[in-house]
Amino acid sequence: MTARELLKIVVVGHVDHGKSTIIGRLLYDTKSVPEAAIERVKRICKEKGRPFEYAYLLDALEEEQKQGITIDTTQIKFSTPKRDYLIIDAPGHKEFLKNMISGAANAEAALLVIDAAEGVQEQSKRHAYILSLLGIQKVYVIVNKMDMIGFSEEKFKEIKYEISSFLDKLNVYPQKYIPVSAFLGENITRKSDKMPWYKGEPLLEALDLFEKDKELEDKPLRFPIQDVYKFDQRRIIAGRLESGRLKAGDEIKILPEGKVSKVKSIEFWPENNNKNEVMAGMSVGITIEDEFFNKRGEIIVHKDDNTLYVSDTFRANLFWLGKKNLVRNKTYKLKLVTQETECEIISIDKVIDATTLETIENANEVRTNDVAEVTIKTKEKICFDEFKANSSTGRFVLVDGYDVSGGGIVAGLADLKEEVTKLVKEDIEMVVSCFDEYYYLLPEGIIRKYSNHPRTFKVGDAVPIEGETYSYPDSFDIIDLNKKLIAKIRKGCLSDLINLDGYTYSELPIITADGFYVKVNSVEEFKNFKAELVQLNEKDNFFLTMFANNWFDISKNRTFKFGI
Amino acid sequence: MDHLDRLEAESIYILREAYSKFSKIAMLWSIGKDSTVLLWLVKKAFFGHCPFPLIHIDTTYKIPEMIKYRDKLAKEYNLDLIVHINEEALKQGMGPEKGRLVCCKALKTDALQQVINKYKFEALILGIRRDEEGSRSKERFFSLRNEDSEWDYTNQPPEFWNQFNTDFPKGSHVRVHPLLNWTEIDIWMYIKRENIPVIDLYFAKNGKRYRSLGCAPCTFPVESNATTIDDIIEELKNTKINERAGRAQDQEDAYAMQKLRKEGYM
Repeated sequence: MTARELLKIVVVGHVDHGKSTIIGRLLYDTKSVPEAAIERVKRICKEKGRPFEYAYLLDALEEEQKQGITIDTTQIKFSTPKRDYLIIDAPGHKEFLKNMISGAANAEAALLVIDAAEGVQEQSKRHAYILSLLGIQKVYVIVNKMDMIGFSEEKFKEIKYEISSFLDKLNVYPQKYIPVSAFLGENITRKSDKMPWYKGEPLLEALDLFEKDKELEDKPLRFPIQDVYKFDQRRIIAGRLESGRLKAGDEIKILPEGKVSKVKSIEFWPENNNKNEVMAGMSVGITIEDEFFNKRGEIIVHKDDNTLYVSDTFRANLFWLGKKNLVRNKTYKLKLVTQETECEIISIDKVIDATTLETIENANEVRTNDVAEVTIKTKEKICFDEFKANSSTGRFVLVDGYDVSGGGIVAGLADLKEEVTKLVKEDIEMVVSCFDEYYYLLPEGIIRKYSNHPRTFKVGDAVPIEGETYSYPDSFDIIDLNKKLIAKIRKGCLSDLINLDGYTYSELPIITADGFYVKVNSVEEFKNFKAELVQLNEKDNFFLTMFANNWFDISKNRTFKFGI
Repeated sequence: MDHLDRLEAESIYILREAYSKFSKIAMLWSIGKDSTVLLWLVKKAFFGHCPFPLIHIDTTYKIPEMIKYRDKLAKEYNLDLIVHINEEALKQGMGPEKGRLVCCKALKTDALQQVINKYKFEALILGIRRDEEGSRSKERFFSLRNEDSEWDYTNQPPEFWNQFNTDFPKGSHVRVHPLLNWTEIDIWMYIKRENIPVIDLYFAKNGKRYRSLGCAPCTFPVESNATTIDDIIEELKNTKINERAGRAQDQEDAYAMQKLRKEGYM
């Protein structure tokens, strides 16, 4: 039996634009709700003397039905011949934004509902922004209540223009715009004859056209330890594989410490549940060969995998839902997969009003419902990925007191100065990446620079002239093109750091601070090189590229290795 | 992974989170199909063990077969089973004839509260599902209750990315719901796949079967000829009858369950 595909879709938009009605109609027309539920809604509507309310199929709470608003998110299953859907109805009301985010955060695709008569409203914008922040890129815009604008193509086009020019700014590019009337059932499960000008599919058919993402099982292994059990003679490490695969015999590394061991067995109950290999999404248990002390929060990767970051600072995009504003230098709890640590916001780099998308200048705090770019410092080092590389290990929540108050995605490592290697002499400082390793990552098809031991070398210190992906002679000079500095490496040690002006060519090889060999072999050549360098305008990328291609040999001391 | 694998993995993850986060925890076992599936998942999550006690709230009005089945399985699985009865209410003559909602509150909700207080449980694991009933569809996996187990469903904390709310002020009580995302059909497909022993009240006899089990005076079998699990699955695919149609207390008021659950009903 092949597994049926499941796609999770969230429906978002401004209050009263018809989210629950669209879903209710979809369920009703495809006969996906039991007759009993329909009977119940009919009875309630009759008691209140109003026409059949499709939204009541979802808005089950008494307050929701009486006030005609969705308070909390509901999930409903629903199937087409192609696959199964989980439809998540998210509240549009501003007070219930946290419920909307709870719903949206678990979705793979989204329907953004806009009222044809009202156009883009505050919550439409906010919700669209949150979709972009949550990394949801599969979006259809549903223009609802087309009956209110006489099914006019011209007006539909105006609305489409209004929405798309707004969404462009958020880097949200809807794949389709579908005009519907949920109340009348136009373009929901069947093509509407009231809008013959619309050449696309009705909503139901369009849903099947969303394409599902590549599964996490093809990415590098991330196995966060959830708990360690000793109920009997076995000492079982339990947890869920966030990505990748694992089998008995695999060599593993347990981060952040980097202890190395081997998987002894995959554990299971009952007997007939025996599995040889486990993969992303599964909740599993393993035993390992070495009896290390292991604890919740550690992350198991394959032994040769150097792609998981271990650091105490990173940049993040976050949304804030807390009762109190998010401020700098206050202690919050950060939870990232099963890791938990105290953290502080060390800088608020940008705060955006999610409605207007205007940047709030020099913000000292992030208000409820705002979104921000921040730099976070954790008390202990934690392991994470960039959200782009791995969504599960690239996102986190912040807890203020007892409440989950914000969520965010990891944008990258923070504060380059702390993560880079430096050569220093008194107050002169040269940042170098010539001792970094470069790996070509097979699953992603990208090259990633890996800074093995970012550290500072003072005059007299030995530098690592031999790495996995580079190899330099014992003695050479390093040139920093921007700062016009020269570092002299003699017998493997940093011997001096001087300005380019005071340097005479020493007939030793020269490399750039990035590790590229400079094609200079004589005093004459060095003179020409220096003359061109001084004229170089560093902001002009075209000439910089020409200069680099002319003078540098990119592969002389360097190579790329394949990594995972 | 297929659809049942995904549900299973999620439930196990939640069970393990709950076990890791609360030191005083127990699971409610109603003997019905859902909580029996939940018990099976507990054994999977903890590799054949059940590391916390199970609670059965006995109203003394249960269908007798349920009690027999309960005691048999408890012995077979070597379970730490707490059976609790609200003796005080019974002494004062509580029973369904006093009104169904009043009776449910006294013999189930209040009884549950007595157990929580007696053993000082910080959290309880329950086998409720979203598709059972409207107010359950709005639940969180980790749902905070106040000291009296009351649920404030209009102001629930956000819950996303499997990051559940697990930090709580002293004195609060948490309900954990690992089966929220399962449907009635999922439960039966899983029972079939895993060969889980379930009570035979669910299978049709003389053209009737129970779809949802409760107290004898308030639970009625529905018309059915489903005598095997396959029959039940087939029946559920085509039925127009609500799962809880045989549960009388639901019919008392359009928002009966919401009202009961707000006060701490399971």
